[in-house]
Amino acid sequence: MNIVRNHVLISIDAGTLMSGARAVEDALVKEIVKQGLDKEVSVLETGSIGITGRGVILVVYPEGIYYADVTPDDVPELVEEHLLKGRPLTRLILTETPKRTIITKEKTGLLKEQPRIVLKNCGFIDPENIDEYIAAGGYEGIAKVLQTMTSEDVVAEIKSSGLLGRGGAGFPTGMKWDFAIKTPGDEKFVICNADEGEPGTFKDRLILEGDPHKLIEGMLIAGYAIHGTRGFVYIRGEYSLSIERIEKAILDARAYGLLGKNILESNFSFDIVVMKGAGAYVCGEETALIESLEGKRGHPRNKPPFPINAGLWGKPTLVNNVETLANISEIIRNGAEWYKGYGTEKCSGTKVFTILGHVATPGLVETEMGTTLKDIIFEYGGGIKNGKTFKGALVGGAAGAFLGPDMLNVKMDFVNLKEYSAALGSGAILVMNEDTDMVDMLKSVLHFFKHESCGHCVPCRLGTARLVELIDDIAASKAKKEDIDQLLEITRVMKDSSFCPLGQSVTLPVSSALKYFKNEFMSRVTS
Amino acid sequence: MNAIKAQINHMEVEVQEGTTILDAAKKVGFTIPTLCHHADLKPQGSCGICVVEVEGFPAMKRACMTEMVNGWKIHTNSARVRAVRKTLLELILSNHEMDCPICIKNNACELQRLAATLGMTTLKYPQNFQKKKIDNTSVAIVRNPNKCILCGRCVQVCTEIQTVNALALSMRGFNTVITDAFDAGLGNSVCVNCGQCIVYCPVGALYEKSCVDKVWEVINDPGKHVVVQEAPAVRATLGEEFGMEPGSLVSGKMHATLRRMRFDAVFDTNFAADLTILEEGTEIVDRVKNGGKLPVITSCSPGWIKFMETFYPHLSEYVSTAKSPQQMFGALSKTYYSEIKGIPPEKIVSVSVMPCTAKKFECNRPEMNSSRYQDVDYVLTTREIARMMKEAGIDLKEMPDEPADDPMGEYSGAATIFGVTGGVMEAALRSAYFLITGKELEDLDILPVRGMEGVKEAEIDVNGLKLKVAVAHGLGNARKILDKVSTQLKNEGKSEYHIIEIMACPGGCVGGGGQPWGSNMARRARRGETLLKEDKSLPYRRSHENPSIKAIYEKYLEQPNSKKAHHLLHTHYYKRSKVDGKVILDT
Repeated sequence: MNIVRNHVLISIDAGTLMSGARAVEDALVKEIVKQGLDKEVSVLETGSIGITGRGVILVVYPEGIYYADVTPDDVPELVEEHLLKGRPLTRLILTETPKRTIITKEKTGLLKEQPRIVLKNCGFIDPENIDEYIAAGGYEGIAKVLQTMTSEDVVAEIKSSGLLGRGGAGFPTGMKWDFAIKTPGDEKFVICNADEGEPGTFKDRLILEGDPHKLIEGMLIAGYAIHGTRGFVYIRGEYSLSIERIEKAILDARAYGLLGKNILESNFSFDIVVMKGAGAYVCGEETALIESLEGKRGHPRNKPPFPINAGLWGKPTLVNNVETLANISEIIRNGAEWYKGYGTEKCSGTKVFTILGHVATPGLVETEMGTTLKDIIFEYGGGIKNGKTFKGALVGGAAGAFLGPDMLNVKMDFVNLKEYSAALGSGAILVMNEDTDMVDMLKSVLHFFKHESCGHCVPCRLGTARLVELIDDIAASKAKKEDIDQLLEITRVMKDSSFCPLGQSVTLPVSSALKYFKNEFMSRVTS
Repeated sequence: MNAIKAQINHMEVEVQEGTTILDAAKKVGFTIPTLCHHADLKPQGSCGICVVEVEGFPAMKRACMTEMVNGWKIHTNSARVRAVRKTLLELILSNHEMDCPICIKNNACELQRLAATLGMTTLKYPQNFQKKKIDNTSVAIVRNPNKCILCGRCVQVCTEIQTVNALALSMRGFNTVITDAFDAGLGNSVCVNCGQCIVYCPVGALYEKSCVDKVWEVINDPGKHVVVQEAPAVRATLGEEFGMEPGSLVSGKMHATLRRMRFDAVFDTNFAADLTILEEGTEIVDRVKNGGKLPVITSCSPGWIKFMETFYPHLSEYVSTAKSPQQMFGALSKTYYSEIKGIPPEKIVSVSVMPCTAKKFECNRPEMNSSRYQDVDYVLTTREIARMMKEAGIDLKEMPDEPADDPMGEYSGAATIFGVTGGVMEAALRSAYFLITGKELEDLDILPVRGMEGVKEAEIDVNGLKLKVAVAHGLGNARKILDKVSTQLKNEGKSEYHIIEIMACPGGCVGGGGQPWGSNMARRARRGETLLKEDKSLPYRRSHENPSIKAIYEKYLEQPNSKKAHHLLHTHYYKRSKVDGKVILDT
């Protein structure tokens, strides 16, 4: 038997693939063989480890050393220095500010003391290997559920955990499941909403790429809880690696009898199908998603009836976000009380944030609900890039709100942000430094809405078009003061009369931008 | 059903569970303005004009699609509501080609009316629409996207009611357009020209391809002899265009007006409808008695015929070979009439006035030239003839009642009910009974085939022979019965039905795509009642009793289904592509 001395984890996700992760991996394997280390060193693929924009990322265990921006040319030196001679290659080590000392994972910016529930396995296991998921405690949750819990028990446990839906609205998951279990129906469906479309958000993609079995397990437990018969993963068509991995995970789970008929010799049967979306933002709205799943144009439906009463093909349907479902198995395994140990009283657990923009280390952060914006940006994100100062942040994606410089101490959770007329939304945090033109920022947000409006209702279809005309004029210093009033008036009308949350939420970025950065807008208009 | 108690504008209201805010408000005297809403269609809530405030909710609710809930306090005309509505209307107008005085829908436009209702007198937003290409590819229907407000009614009626699916939404957001497959134009699509999209369009984005100018030209041409025929359903609707109540019968006034417009001969399609019954009835009797293909399916609705050719070509041999009354008339106007009057057929221009847009397509079908000329030259819709009458300065409602001209003007009650769903069936049964038994059917009112129910069935005892009949109107309803028949034919080799009447338009021709604006199911029913009333008032109620019909067989056609009759009055069908609606092979 070989004793493996070092494990080299290579992060394979959409970002690293584009940076040439496969070439690095090939070079690595060849070099290890060449240097006669193949009996002692193993190369393993893993999902994203939560760092973006730093090229190909490698982690060498047991030291836990992170290398960034690795190219095939670096490989011979890296193998010889670190793996053969035991001297970490300092010039490639990932640090927030490059230092010539060895920095372990605890100090590498983004990976700082994150209480990981959702991302527990991401970056540590091979997402394409079901055995690794099982070895990490995977599928224990569904086993526990099938052997010791009734559906009602499961729903009660989720309810008691206080888990709020992570898709953006923060609706209590347990309550939704409770409605679902109480809705009569011969057939019920579980849909995983993986149509992640909020600009700047890529948490669901990295969960799917890094730990697809966790999602399957979450869907299985949800299916068991609501007496569901079939599951659907509605996933953005652009997420090719996520699709590949979730599809492989489904096949593997099926081969192990974890999907299909009589799962683990119980009476529970459930299977999952992957459906690809075409990338329309509105299809992240659950009823539009269902229309699209049915093969129709992605237009939202009127509510009521809610999907829980009449969803996919008119049957009771539970729609949950990827991150929500990724929490489920951990809650079941460790109990609601354990889960409530994280986060705040009203918002338990952790939240996966994507930090991007002018921060030192953009990427994925899982942290407790209620962590301050300051901590997220400065502790996890490594602060503002190039020593600039913080000006503001757009929180929650395009459908989110701008927060001004005096908002750094705001606690990031669903309940607290609502008090500031903001929203946690998808958990995207776009950080802006002192040089940012806020008019331009709002312009790009409004262009996004015009582009993504589905066109069904007048307020959104024509409102977004008018907003774009107005902001373009303001940005070009061609507007009058009244145009700013009109901007606000139209968003108010859109909030009142848009058919679905897409149009209703445009007021958030517009009113918040004008609240915190009004002077910038006023300086661009004539009175 | 539980009663719901709530407040609307501080007035207590009690309604049944399931009542919308729109209907509940009406009950206490408040009309909530709407735009995309239509009584016959499932509410889509696209325009947002009907929004109302409900206390306790941050956003407004759409009155057309929100059901009342106990205890709600609703405000339908608060300052906030009125302001939102005005902004929405202004947004719509900013993206709408506002050439109202020269718009086809001027004075009949729901958008125009809404602007008046909301008291719009000024506009803040600039016009921001880009002129798009008008779709002129169809012989029957023009689509002007510059007028379109994307309410979605046309798509809804084309998909949900007619199940033709020629129209669909394409692109997204501000770029959304209504289009057909591959954007090839309606003339190169599965569109069956029924024109229901026109009927439901609230603005001037859809209308018939007009031949008003051409008809004026031939009327004014002394070298032409212009004859005109009017379909049964036109007499029940034309009055609406002149401010008369829906359901006013104007047969005589219509003839009088046309005569004053200087048509050289004013005939009546009803004459040809009686002829159709003799031809089709004889075919039915032959097929029933001699073991021919059953069921016999009626053939007078050209929208239905194209639909059949496209979606049910396997049923084409079951469809009666008898031409529609319009085309029978057209062939005879350039043969029979030409001969007895001694007018060369090339001088005759045959004009028809139809409730229908598909008739424009039908008259242009290449096989419709039994007279060796195009049998019907121009088809005018009810709306078009009304425009011409107004232009000529003739007020139809002030006209005296005048009969149509001989020899193709006399008609029976059986002919006039062709214009309403069930009417062709009823007329056919009246004559078939006589043709089979040699005796007259005593009770002429065959009630089970009347009314606005989508599919109607009846069993008629003809001297011991039980004739099973079905009637469907609206192509979605037609599908129901045709799918059933197809399955029966496939599985059992025969169908339970002997005769099936199909009309493309809901309500039959009274609800046709060429009828005066403002059709809905209630109005279609009123128009239909009018035709049934005229039937009762006429001296002859059976087609075979019509003296002019007897005369044409004696003088010209010999007998029903004779060789000559076959040549002039019968046709054949094609198979059409489900992609572009073009003929793919001769069946």
